[in-house]
Amino acid sequence: MKSLDMKNVYMDHASATPVREEVIEAMLPYFDRHFGNPSTVYDMGSKVKQVIEEHRAKVAKLISAKSQEIIFTSSGAEANNLAVKGVALSLQKKGRHIIISAIEHHSVLNSARFLERMDFEVTFLPVDEYGLVDSGRLSRAIRSDTILVSIMHANNEIGTIQPISELSAICREKGVLFHTDAVASVGNIPVDVNALNVDLLSLSGVSIGAPKGIGALYFRNNLRLMPLIHGGIQESGRRGGTENVPYIVGLGKASVLAVEELFDKMNHLEKLRSLIISGVRERIEHVKLTGHPDKRLPGHASFCIEAIEGEALIYMLNQHGIYSNTGSACASKALKTSPVLVAIGTPPDLAQGSIVFTMDSSNKIEEIEYVMEKLCLVVEKLRSLSPLWRSKEGI
Amino acid sequence: MYSEKVMEHFSNPYNAGVIENADGIGEVGNPVCGDMMAFYIKVKDDKLADVKFKTFGCVAAIAVSNIVSEMAKGKTLQEAKSITKKTVANALDGLPKEKMHCSNLGAKALAEAIKDYEKKKYG
Ligand code: FES
Repeated sequence: MKSLDMKNVYMDHASATPVREEVIEAMLPYFDRHFGNPSTVYDMGSKVKQVIEEHRAKVAKLISAKSQEIIFTSSGAEANNLAVKGVALSLQKKGRHIIISAIEHHSVLNSARFLERMDFEVTFLPVDEYGLVDSGRLSRAIRSDTILVSIMHANNEIGTIQPISELSAICREKGVLFHTDAVASVGNIPVDVNALNVDLLSLSGVSIGAPKGIGALYFRNNLRLMPLIHGGIQESGRRGGTENVPYIVGLGKASVLAVEELFDKMNHLEKLRSLIISGVRERIEHVKLTGHPDKRLPGHASFCIEAIEGEALIYMLNQHGIYSNTGSACASKALKTSPVLVAIGTPPDLAQGSIVFTMDSSNKIEEIEYVMEKLCLVVEKLRSLSPLWRSKEGI
Repeated sequence: MYSEKVMEHFSNPYNAGVIENADGIGEVGNPVCGDMMAFYIKVKDDKLADVKFKTFGCVAAIAVSNIVSEMAKGKTLQEAKSITKKTVANALDGLPKEKMHCSNLGAKALAEAIKDYEKKKYG
């Protein structure tokens, strides 16, 4: 296989996905033709309002919710902010304690840290070596003044899927609200708010082929939520600002496609994932799979490769046209190891060799074979440069 | 984010390797991110006859190691000691701010190797 055949193998779908053609097409009329303000009463506005509601229903269906339980936001990050801060601010009279896991996305983590500065108390629940939250631990962490628990559905860096229904049951029993960040899971595995038994759930367009800049928050019927953006009565008064109509339409369309394609997609991705995981196991020594071996996203394969560093690895793969991600300290602006890798107990030098592949329906089996071939090559090259590898060979 | 020079040295780090029976070895760890560099030198007539390295680190760290060995080769020990993180970064057409510490690491590892040689020689 010539490298020229494969100039672009995109394996970083957790960071961004291309916008689907069908989605772009659905969005286009709402930029110029149907541009009316949905809050106006004449035809041009009220028709657009109706379009928003139709698409709200589509997004609701994606997660088996009711239309009136969906708020459109600008992103998954905003949905997470609204869930954590919105609940905390509206329930602060009831209590000022919230619980989040140690591996939450920055938008949950830093919302919680912000609340700490506002005199809320936050418990950070540790996870085990696979990134799983223990239900006994959660149960013990809940206090009489706990108002919210936020634990992500699936983790974007290690792929681990939490036993959400088990964790949410504990909260339900104790009368504590439960939020889950489902940005990484929606469109990749079934996400049903009733089966998961959650009160709030965040999702984002970027993970399902809608554009960046649109997300949604599910909140169980009539739950009180302090808005973060004060304005008019848009989104049932929970988020001000004229609705981003084309993007809402895009998210709705992408949701319909995600529902239709889910099971085929899962089947395909599971095949690719097992190819890459077994390939790495067989062809590269001294590698650790990060995250859970089975309870993981179908298109997610992540590893720590001993004696080499992730940024160098990403750049060398880039030179072969392969795009992937890493949680290495050197690759982060703050020069800190990914908190997720720290939370699952990865030793610092091993964490340096982090690499994350996240795949989508568009990835093909031949691409995985190409990636495996180049990965072996690049790992060998970097190890030949590494002083740690020399000492390893000596053992 | 990196200059072409950096990518060149990173992609083809031709000075990488170990010198068997090196006259001096300098090993330093990167206190910021935990990475590591080892430099090996061969000295002849007070000059660096050969310099090689092994590096566990980022793109910048690998490029730095290679260019430091390049800059040091053929220089007198005294001249080689004047290699600093600044001169290294300049030789690479600049480094991103947060990567300057990798440049420092290269200069330091070479200095350690020279020190090791001098210690062995003069006790
Ligand atoms: S070696 Fe870690 S940032 Fe350069």
